[in-house]
Amino acid sequence: MVTLEDFNSDDPIAWCPGCGNFSILKALKQALVGIQQQPHELVIVSGIGQAPKTPHYIRCNCFNGLHGRTLPVATGIKLANHKLTVLAQGGDGDGYGEGGNHFLHAMRRNINITYLVHNNQVYGLTKGQASPTSDAGFVTKTTPRGSMSPACNPLLLAVASDCSFVARGFAGEIDHLADLIKAGILNEGFALIDILQPCVSFNRVNTFKWYSDRVYRIDADLSYDAKDRLNAFQKAQEWGDKIPIGIIYRNQRPTLESQMPAIADQPLVAQQTDPKVFTELLETFK
Amino acid sequence: MDISIRIGGEAGQGIQSISSIIARTFVRQDFYVFINQDFASRIRGGHNFDQVRISNAPVRAIADKVHILIALDKETIKQDIDCLADNGVLMFDADAIGFTSENPNHFAIPFGQIASEAGKSKIMINSVATGAAIALMDCELQPVLDCIKEQFQQKGSEMVENNQRSATVGYDFVRRNSKVKPSLKVPSAKTVRRKMLLTGSQAMALGAMASGLKFYSGYPMSPATAIMEFVSSRAEKYNIVLEQAEDEISAINMVIGANFAGARAMTATSGGGFCLMVEALSLAGMTETPAVIVVAQRPGPSTGLPTRTEQADLKFVMHAGHGDFPRAVLAPGYPEQAVVLMSKAFNLADKYQIPVIVLGDQYFNDSYFTVDELDIRDIVIDRGHILSDQDLPSPHEYNRYAADDSGISPRILPGHTKAVLYADSDEHTTAGHITESAAIRNQMMRKRMQKMEGMQREIGPPEIYPAGPAEFALLGWGSTYGAIKEAVDQLNQNGNSTQMIHYSEIFPFNLRHVTTEQLSKVKIIAVENNYTGQFADFFSMATGLSIDQRILKYDGRPFTSREIVDQIKDAQ
Repeated sequence: MVTLEDFNSDDPIAWCPGCGNFSILKALKQALVGIQQQPHELVIVSGIGQAPKTPHYIRCNCFNGLHGRTLPVATGIKLANHKLTVLAQGGDGDGYGEGGNHFLHAMRRNINITYLVHNNQVYGLTKGQASPTSDAGFVTKTTPRGSMSPACNPLLLAVASDCSFVARGFAGEIDHLADLIKAGILNEGFALIDILQPCVSFNRVNTFKWYSDRVYRIDADLSYDAKDRLNAFQKAQEWGDKIPIGIIYRNQRPTLESQMPAIADQPLVAQQTDPKVFTELLETFK
Repeated sequence: MDISIRIGGEAGQGIQSISSIIARTFVRQDFYVFINQDFASRIRGGHNFDQVRISNAPVRAIADKVHILIALDKETIKQDIDCLADNGVLMFDADAIGFTSENPNHFAIPFGQIASEAGKSKIMINSVATGAAIALMDCELQPVLDCIKEQFQQKGSEMVENNQRSATVGYDFVRRNSKVKPSLKVPSAKTVRRKMLLTGSQAMALGAMASGLKFYSGYPMSPATAIMEFVSSRAEKYNIVLEQAEDEISAINMVIGANFAGARAMTATSGGGFCLMVEALSLAGMTETPAVIVVAQRPGPSTGLPTRTEQADLKFVMHAGHGDFPRAVLAPGYPEQAVVLMSKAFNLADKYQIPVIVLGDQYFNDSYFTVDELDIRDIVIDRGHILSDQDLPSPHEYNRYAADDSGISPRILPGHTKAVLYADSDEHTTAGHITESAAIRNQMMRKRMQKMEGMQREIGPPEIYPAGPAEFALLGWGSTYGAIKEAVDQLNQNGNSTQMIHYSEIFPFNLRHVTTEQLSKVKIIAVENNYTGQFADFFSMATGLSIDQRILKYDGRPFTSREIVDQIKDAQ
């Protein structure tokens, strides 16, 4: 029986007091217990920023790599050992800025990993610059006249990419977020969970109250069908006075690893190579 | 015997089908064949050639003169006629390319007409030309017909017969009409099918697969793509996962992920692609994750000459990546060595948990070499110190970066039942958690760099040829092996006392391999396919020895032994 204590890490936390990351960490642990995830069979891959420190604060296997390169590392791990549960974790700058290309292609591949993006619409660790998800007009040290470009919409991109599981959570609704993470991990395929998260140090616009006043749960409307892509396109475009949270889109299509004959029987890491087998290849050169 | 044939024409005219059938025909009769491929960065058109060299002794370089020039277009005559040896024969289709000549060595053969009549299609001109060239060398036709059968049998018996008939009529045409009796003496030989004909890329891929490659990710880039294609075409049979990445950054990060999880993984690219990988090279250094990266060089800077050759990325790969971290750099000179060094690359990467770079170049990767033996059975797979479930007492607080004096930390793989591991690109504690501690930083830097000592002991010495004292030493590395060795033989035949010092295991440099006292009396001549003499600089810095002469070539073309010999003479 896996309990919350099994995920305790003794690494001291380096986040600002009041940071939305604390709630996300709590929801993540809750989700992991909910699906009875064994810590040793879990790998969390993260990038660089405040969000990517999260795996240090959970007992699990952790690869804390480069800014923006979370998804390729996670893909390599999953293909080498697809028996592991692989999560990727980062912020909005990490995932939608530096790692934008990898984000598009991970969705296209439909590798079975769950990607948690802590989206606070601002750069935190570099101390307050605009991010790809900053709203137009957002004033920072690098955008003194306000951000001139509109925010990128990762959920819309994900629906357009036919991403297998597309959801938005809010750090202020921990139980709801935990349920989303559980569903994302259990989903067979690439799962994007964009998590709205107030930054208490650098975002004075999109505050806890700002988000709380706007978010509403999609599942309150029982008629919403997340399998309907046209609905999902519409839902993903809602932003402003009302912001939907919950599962926006899901579809089932074969995962990348399920299509690879080399790992149909056992993961790559369990396979041994006998060099002698390759002597037969030498004949093809004669 | 040492015969060279050049087949020139536009891309898409089937130059390679001529060169490959001629080459295979002679390899099967136990000759040594070498093919250099010279082509432009385009899919159709342009001027391209394959140069086939046939000898009864090993050949690993091109010759500067050819005995037969097959011109499939007029441009070939314009550009390549000067490379014909005295008494060399030019073969061409006068009507097709609009060229006539009174020179008796300029042999007009109606390739197109014969192809249409005997082979029922113009596309058979390649087989006509192949038969014609074989006749000119005064060889039997049957081995060629056998090769044609094998090459085309998947396309049906009609295809085989049409090609064979085309070759036969081309062969007979030359027999009947040749006014020249070429001075080519090819000894008659039996078909034995003992030797292998393969490219540097194929040898690298084969070496990697036999060393336990399980995961490959790459982004297509000349001249490295052939490695990915070779692995890809055999991935299903040998249980290898190959994923074409969206860019080189993704490729190397996937490789790092797969290695972290415990699968032997590699990527291959050229200089520009490696530029994109450099941040992750440093990541592999910091997280102590094994990674094997082949860099098949081509001339830079930037896009440079995309389909041509150069050795100008040595300094780059030796220094690439921010911060100090250990790495190894290897550069095979010929296919047999490539197989051995790919195996060594994986073993060093696993044992020392470091990135290892294997350098090739367009000349090495695309050229076909003849090989007597590949010691695949002798490959030993050393995965380094990986702790199994039984190796750890339970419960155990495992520290990923705890190490003894070797600097090597025993690894566990994720999924280990008794422990979890933390790997971090930030400076980290022995447990793998982020730290800002000055003391731990010092400890970790020393631990990582300590690994260089062990690696240095495993680096093999340069090849000295011939052994013993010499007056001149030709210093080279990687793909220039064949040309330098041939130059040494020619110089020594002329009464010089010359020696080759060839490095294939370059970094970390082991000073014990160099007898500086003896070498200080030798005139050291560096031979490199780059502008500055990158290895010469490094060698000089490491040994304190001065380089007396630099023979450098940076026009995108490989060395011939003649070019090396001539430049040494010039300097004397």
